[in-house]
Amino acid sequence: MARSLKKGPYIDYRLMGKIVIQNQSGKKSVIKTWSRRSMISPDFIGHTFAVHNGNKFIPVYVTENMVGHKLGEFSPTRNFRGHVAKKDKGKR
Amino acid sequence: MARIAGVDIPDKKRGEIALTYIYGIGRSSARTILAKAGISVDKKVLEWNDEESGAIRRIIGEDFKTEGVLRSEVQMSIKRLMDIGCYRGLRHRKGLPVRGQRTKNNSRTRKGKRKTIANKKKVTK
Repeated sequence: MARSLKKGPYIDYRLMGKIVIQNQSGKKSVIKTWSRRSMISPDFIGHTFAVHNGNKFIPVYVTENMVGHKLGEFSPTRNFRGHVAKKDKGKR
Repeated sequence: MARIAGVDIPDKKRGEIALTYIYGIGRSSARTILAKAGISVDKKVLEWNDEESGAIRRIIGEDFKTEGVLRSEVQMSIKRLMDIGCYRGLRHRKGLPVRGQRTKNNSRTRKGKRKTIANKKKVTK
């Protein structure tokens, strides 16, 4: 179910703080975050986030198209390497 | 044979049904169109006069995205998802279900025909 419009988009408070500081000082460094649930707001454009996927941090460079998505959507949590090619022994 | 919104030639059916042959128009929008044009839902396409079909064409042209325009819009949205590299885009790229359905079984619509793995061992007790 979609989030109520009344509440507005959810953005982690501390994450937003960091963005505001970076925007004011005009410098851009990678922001490490666990807040996958935060919506990407227009203020985020041009910043790089290191979004945790449960194992490591995936760098995400935010572009204009990504606004409205959540940070977690860009940091896949599963790593599917494919099935085992063939079982050992026996004829093929 | 009436020709509405480019290529579509529905015929001999009630207007409500016939209009759904156009890509982008379902039962519900067919009803709105007919209501707006002031034509009975039960009237067959054959029974429309030029004025009525003209009105329908105009309404569809103004208020609805159909056929090519709509198709390309859908494709563009999918392409956008794939380009930004979000989860939904990745699923589109792999041809797997996008909305979190299970993939252990089923989801054959997305995955296509079964690809049998040769020599897969049956589990024997």
